Amino acid sequence: MMKAITSLMSRPSIKGMLRNLGVVVLVLLSLALSGCNYSEGILAPKGQIAFAEHRLILFSIGLMLIVVIPTIFMALWFGWRYREKNNAHYAPEWKHSTLLEVVWWSIPCIIILILGTVTWKTTHSLDPFKPLDSKEKPVVVEVISLDWKWLFIYPEYKIATVNYLRIPTGRPINFKITAAAPMNSFVIPQLGGQIYAMTGMTTQLHLITDIPGSYRGFGANYTGIGFAGMQFVVDATSPEDFANWIKTTQKIPDKLNADVFWNRLVPQSTNDPVRYFGRVTPGLFDDIIMSYMMPGMRDNVAPNENTIMNQSNH
Amino acid sequence: MLETFIGKLSNPHEVFPYLYEPLSQQLIILSMFVFIVIGGIVVVGGLTYFKKWGYLWHEWIISVDHKRIAVMYFVVAFVMLFRGFVDAAMMRTQQALASGDSTGYLIPQHFDQIFTAHGVIMIFFVAMPLMFALFNIAVPLQIGARDVAFPFLNSLSFWLFVTGVILVNMSLLIGDFAHAGWLAYPPFSELEYSPTVGTDYYIWGLQISGLGSLLSGINFFVTIIKMRCPGMTLMKMPIFTWTVLCSCVLIMAAFPVLTVDLALLALDRYMDMHFFTTGFGGDQMLYVNLIWMWGHPEVYILVLPAFGVYSEIVATFSKKPLFGYTTMVWATVAITILSFLVWLHHFFTMGSGADVNAFFGIMTMIISIPTGVKLFNWIFTMYRGRITFTSPMYWMMGFFVTFTIGGMTGVMLSVPGIDFQAHNSTFLIAHFHNVIIGGVVFGYFAGFTYWFPKMFGFTLNERLGKCAFWCWIIGFFVAFMPLYILGAMGMTRRLYHYDASTGFQPYLIVAAIGASIIALGVFFQVLQLVVSIKNREKYRDLTGDPWNGRTLEWATSSPPAFYNFAHDPEVNCIDAFWYDKQKGLDVDNKPKIRTEPYQDIHMPRDTAMGFIISIFVLILGFAMVWHIWWLAIVGVVCTIGSLIIRAFNYDIDYYVKASTVEAIETQHLQEMAGVKR
Repeated sequence: MMKAITSLMSRPSIKGMLRNLGVVVLVLLSLALSGCNYSEGILAPKGQIAFAEHRLILFSIGLMLIVVIPTIFMALWFGWRYREKNNAHYAPEWKHSTLLEVVWWSIPCIIILILGTVTWKTTHSLDPFKPLDSKEKPVVVEVISLDWKWLFIYPEYKIATVNYLRIPTGRPINFKITAAAPMNSFVIPQLGGQIYAMTGMTTQLHLITDIPGSYRGFGANYTGIGFAGMQFVVDATSPEDFANWIKTTQKIPDKLNADVFWNRLVPQSTNDPVRYFGRVTPGLFDDIIMSYMMPGMRDNVAPNENTIMNQSNH
Repeated sequence: MLETFIGKLSNPHEVFPYLYEPLSQQLIILSMFVFIVIGGIVVVGGLTYFKKWGYLWHEWIISVDHKRIAVMYFVVAFVMLFRGFVDAAMMRTQQALASGDSTGYLIPQHFDQIFTAHGVIMIFFVAMPLMFALFNIAVPLQIGARDVAFPFLNSLSFWLFVTGVILVNMSLLIGDFAHAGWLAYPPFSELEYSPTVGTDYYIWGLQISGLGSLLSGINFFVTIIKMRCPGMTLMKMPIFTWTVLCSCVLIMAAFPVLTVDLALLALDRYMDMHFFTTGFGGDQMLYVNLIWMWGHPEVYILVLPAFGVYSEIVATFSKKPLFGYTTMVWATVAITILSFLVWLHHFFTMGSGADVNAFFGIMTMIISIPTGVKLFNWIFTMYRGRITFTSPMYWMMGFFVTFTIGGMTGVMLSVPGIDFQAHNSTFLIAHFHNVIIGGVVFGYFAGFTYWFPKMFGFTLNERLGKCAFWCWIIGFFVAFMPLYILGAMGMTRRLYHYDASTGFQPYLIVAAIGASIIALGVFFQVLQLVVSIKNREKYRDLTGDPWNGRTLEWATSSPPAFYNFAHDPEVNCIDAFWYDKQKGLDVDNKPKIRTEPYQDIHMPRDTAMGFIISIFVLILGFAMVWHIWWLAIVGVVCTIGSLIIRAFNYDIDYYVKASTVEAIETQHLQEMAGVKR
């Protein structure tokens, strides 16, 4: 056995085998690449912020390739050129050159100077907390990350949805985000950006899109066994459709109040279907945040410990 | 009543959670159980059959010899690498399968534990021990010392690390492991969401092995500062030693932060405190800040020594001095300092505000400047060299390509505007595997191959080493390039299942194929070890200098006598050994022909105390995980007691007689002479 393996190893065909393997892999990879339409994520940006982030990605790749490609090329070329068998010029004591070292301290410095400037500017212009300039009135959406679903409250319209988001095109959307569950991250890649959802505090995300369509949104920070199911669809439609949708939703009899929130929504559940609430208690979002800041308040609102225990034991 | 005596062990749901799971999961657990039992029987049976228990105890377990400890670190690290790799393979398989209606072959509870265990094991129980193994084998020899500054502490560090390994692996069979990700972000890791013992295994496993790492950091820092041979000023140290020095500074500064952070989490879980809970004023953001104040320097703790290995290898195999030694030193020091100023880039998305985010983003980019300079220096070390393409050099070439790409995506991620898209996506996963595999792992493999003859006196089979390299590098690209694309398509990390409409599956299948190519690489590495050990006489190196090396570790025999050098070496420049050889002073392959008589050598005594103390610490850790308070008290008392006993033991060193040294050296010279004839 041992001998067989050793003799196999010493035959030169192993290199050929590996080369063939490489070809197979390349073919597989290119098949996989061509099989995909780039209709997902930042590869297909659909919102103002996402467009800017997309540009930023392409710009930074381009800028860095200026150094990366020559570096890789030089490494491989020098390795090849100065291999022992080649008998190229050998300078066994050449180990310092001030000029060269100045050159390669400066090149990355220049690149980083450019990229740093761009970073400073874009970090401010793309800050998730920064309201967007627009003549249109923003839509406020309050987002609450739960185990394991997303709750969206539209305070102006007094409606709420679970795992579904409808937004009008052309109007800025101001997301106010919190959690009643472990830390999560709220993200709709095609519209841009993400920000953490944490209990007892509000984070903000400002997005806008002009392109109607259905986009994927999800939680990006792992929160447990139901995490993979924390997906939702974002439908961006014309302001008229949006208004109609609001009216239809408002007719739904289900109400969202503190009791429903703490006893029906907070208990853990996986892969929840879309749900609508036609009425929402005003100020619920702020109450939820405060309940995590002031000990005892959560217990007054909802004696829900049993439900949590039951659910987590299943 | 029962609970007072055996704590949570009285609850079968806690102890054997898998008994309450579906049959398919139980079969996975069962096969693992059978594997462990068979492995255990083979090892224990083998040791008994060949009557090797005494040998194991006297030559290894109680040894304080840094070379022996290095070998033990390697052994444990490779066993854990195997486990971490199995975890990775299980994840890749699950994700390749779990599309649409299929939910794969794992339940989410297991998947979550597996990715947590994979991260924890690969960083703490593979990368760290491999690094300490390299420290141990190379540093004392490179600086011409007889051992480390505190040999007993070195042994204790190793056994504390093994204690952490045992705790983490115990969770396979008794209880469960943490499911909160490798950094256990609260509030998810708090009792409210993680009530089982898994997180406690995590906390105690890391606390104990982390203590070992901290002690090692101190040990090697002092060793390098105090124990260099005459003539070796700081700027004449081998570059690997320099990187170890900087890595140790980082360990000493960063690991206490981890200890405190985990201790606060433990206080939350054990004493109902509220540092990081959702309510009662707890602040999860504090934990995230603290863990990354350790976590980012940790990345550089690991990669700086790898940079050191590359520096040694490229100079040795190009047969040229390292280009720009002074620049390399300052670049390393710059990285050391900067690495403490970038931790926030791990959570731009936590809402710090644009000024803070931009500052940390730009600081992160600045780190790429000294790193880039290092790359150019290595490349120009090859320029006008005469390069021998041994397998360490292959790993180095693979590193050039892989690490440069990983560095580029790293700089991309440091731009907050891009990070808002890529954060927590598989793009990030691809990036850090790109730098950790391409930078750290390749470097450690190269170092292992490079210093293997120093440890055992024979080289490894080159052909199989190169096969392993090709599988690793091809497998790496096939496994991780699809993850970059998936990240851009909006695939987030740690997904147990995804919708078929996302179009993720083809990429994940390719990634799984990549993982299996890496598996082939691992197979070649095992085969390489087996073949090389079997044919060790063929690969025997009696010169002690198989690569025509430049630094002091090659000036002594392989494996070196336990006292390392018969005469204290002396140096007067960088690469002194190389220049001595050039001047024809290498008659006996010693830096200088030493004619003066051998002298008595002062050496530390072997001691079982490191091993014994670690057993007590293991008892403490186990008792704390399972809430067995009386046993925990026993563990603490015995640990402190044995430390006191050790502290009052004054018989910790002895002198090797000059005649013994002479006998050993003469025998070695005769062996060498026999070969030369």
